[in-house]
Amino acid sequence: MYKGTRIQTLYNLLSIVFTILLIGILLYTVSELPVMGDALHPANNEVAAHYLVHGARETGALNAVTAMILDYRAFDTLGELCVLFVSACSVYILLRVDAGRKEEEVEALDRRYEPWNDAILSKAFLFLVPAVFLFGIYITLTGHLSPGGGFSGGAIIGAGLLLYLNAFGLEKTERFMNRIRYRRLNCGALGFYFLAKGYSFFVGANDIKSVISVSDQGNILSAGLIMPLNVCVAIVVSTTVYAVYLMFRKGGFNI
Amino acid sequence: MQGLIAILLALLVLAALAVSASRKLLPAVIIFMSYSLVMSMVWMLLQAPDLAITEAAVGAGITSVLLFIALKRIGELERDLEESEEEIHLSSARGKQEDQSDV
Repeated sequence: MYKGTRIQTLYNLLSIVFTILLIGILLYTVSELPVMGDALHPANNEVAAHYLVHGARETGALNAVTAMILDYRAFDTLGELCVLFVSACSVYILLRVDAGRKEEEVEALDRRYEPWNDAILSKAFLFLVPAVFLFGIYITLTGHLSPGGGFSGGAIIGAGLLLYLNAFGLEKTERFMNRIRYRRLNCGALGFYFLAKGYSFFVGANDIKSVISVSDQGNILSAGLIMPLNVCVAIVVSTTVYAVYLMFRKGGFNI
Repeated sequence: MQGLIAILLALLVLAALAVSASRKLLPAVIIFMSYSLVMSMVWMLLQAPDLAITEAAVGAGITSVLLFIALKRIGELERDLEESEEEIHLSSARGKQEDQSDV
């Protein structure tokens, strides 16, 4: 609109100045960060040491990262899951196709077309998709024993869902993943997470004996609540990925 | 190890500059994808395999897929294709003219 005018030149100059300023501020902040492994820096206090020394015994999780995000700071993770849910909702509000809209108009938007499935894709994904799902489930279930957990496993399962959708079409995918199931899975996972972790924090803070025990380190059913919570995280992440993709592609679920 | 990390970090800066410098949107998304892959290698070398898995799945996989869909939605993919076809057309036409001038 302003191309070639004085305002455009001013914009360009201001954007260059702003970028240089931002780079300077960020570099200054980086120079203030502690040196890696600096024992005297206040960021290296007894909290981190406690997590690393007692984490495995208190939570049963051999993976210290999982012990932190799903046990000591589990409500942080609940907030992140709610952010994912809210982002899926806002994408839905922005991109959904209104029921009252004219048919031709919607077709022009390319939203009635099924994701196009190709013969080579569907044959190759017949072998690839089960492996992707299996890998995602493995990463989710062993989140407390090895690197990984609900977020990475859920992202892999979500990518598997996208592959399945593109290989076999929407009709086949909606047999197991539709609007109702999306809503139930998401609300169920978030509700279970909140109730389970709320119980665990309540019990822990009041010194009541909990029914959830932590034992047998290294066993898959060892770390008390961490494995079920990882499954909840994976459900929310994978269904959010799938729903956002479908919203972008078609403007909503069919069923 | 330090040298490898330094090379990868330099690649990251290069990729970030290339994204902002590329004129077409499709190559920009692909460069962004490669940025995420290099980043996941850096996480791996910094001994954060959790982050490496997530970065590879989310950064290189899902984000790029969503960006591709967005490009398709705004008709940028077709425009890119048409432009490159036009370029091929123009260059071949120019080649023909040169051939004729030689004759």
